[in-house]
Amino acid sequence: MSMKLSTRQVDGVTIVDCSGRITLGEGSVMMRDTVRDLLAKGNKKIVLNLGDVNYIDSSGIGELVSAFTTTKNQGGELKLLHLTKKVHDLLQITKLYTVFDVKDDETAAVKGFK
Amino acid sequence: MEQSVSYTLDSTLDTVDHAEEKATRIATDIGFGEDEVMQISMAVRECAVNAVLHGNAYAPDKKVVLSFERTPEDLVITIRDQGKGIDLGGIPNPLAPENLLKTSGRGIFLMRSFMDVVEIRPSQTGTEIKLIKHVRGSSAAGKEASQ
Repeated sequence: MSMKLSTRQVDGVTIVDCSGRITLGEGSVMMRDTVRDLLAKGNKKIVLNLGDVNYIDSSGIGELVSAFTTTKNQGGELKLLHLTKKVHDLLQITKLYTVFDVKDDETAAVKGFK
Repeated sequence: MEQSVSYTLDSTLDTVDHAEEKATRIATDIGFGEDEVMQISMAVRECAVNAVLHGNAYAPDKKVVLSFERTPEDLVITIRDQGKGIDLGGIPNPLAPENLLKTSGRGIFLMRSFMDVVEIRPSQTGTEIKLIKHVRGSSAAGKEASQ
């Protein structure tokens, strides 16, 4: 299953609903383009909803890191929402879990922005 | 699965997906549990990415050789490229604080995290990586015994 992304606005926050695989190639490129496009349009409060992401490889992990740092460098904030066990475990073993702001509840994620 | 099977593949992104799919099917057929199948398939995917991108650099005249061997104790997977050979001393630790926010460099770390043994043999004519997963009594062998 390839990756699908859709965006929606909730109280000034952009939620990016992701599903499928974030892997080298199309999935990673879509993620990169979407976040860059949002930032270019001034949307700097971003939540990546990964609840339906069933697979991610090291390229996908790199893309999450890139999205996080790119957003931060432009004065924005990016949070991760609804990690599946696979993604959660990968972020744990790569020591990235504590780097990202990870949320389990969308309302709390939206309210958590400064 | 046969005792051993080997594939010669092009240096393309499709090869990465095919290698992952073959690993998933073979590990499942052997009887590994769901988590172990995911670990094996991801290790093979990362290894194939290294072979296609960093080893062969997408060169159309260079191939990736992927082989699976089932021994009584192990699943042994070997991936060989025809690149210049990986520089083992140049692989940074992705868990070091200064590397945590780098966007690449986690492939070999993930292979080592998910497999029981990872052997890397670089040479001037390519790199060969051997990935070994033990067939444990609590997983594959246990599953077979309970059926």
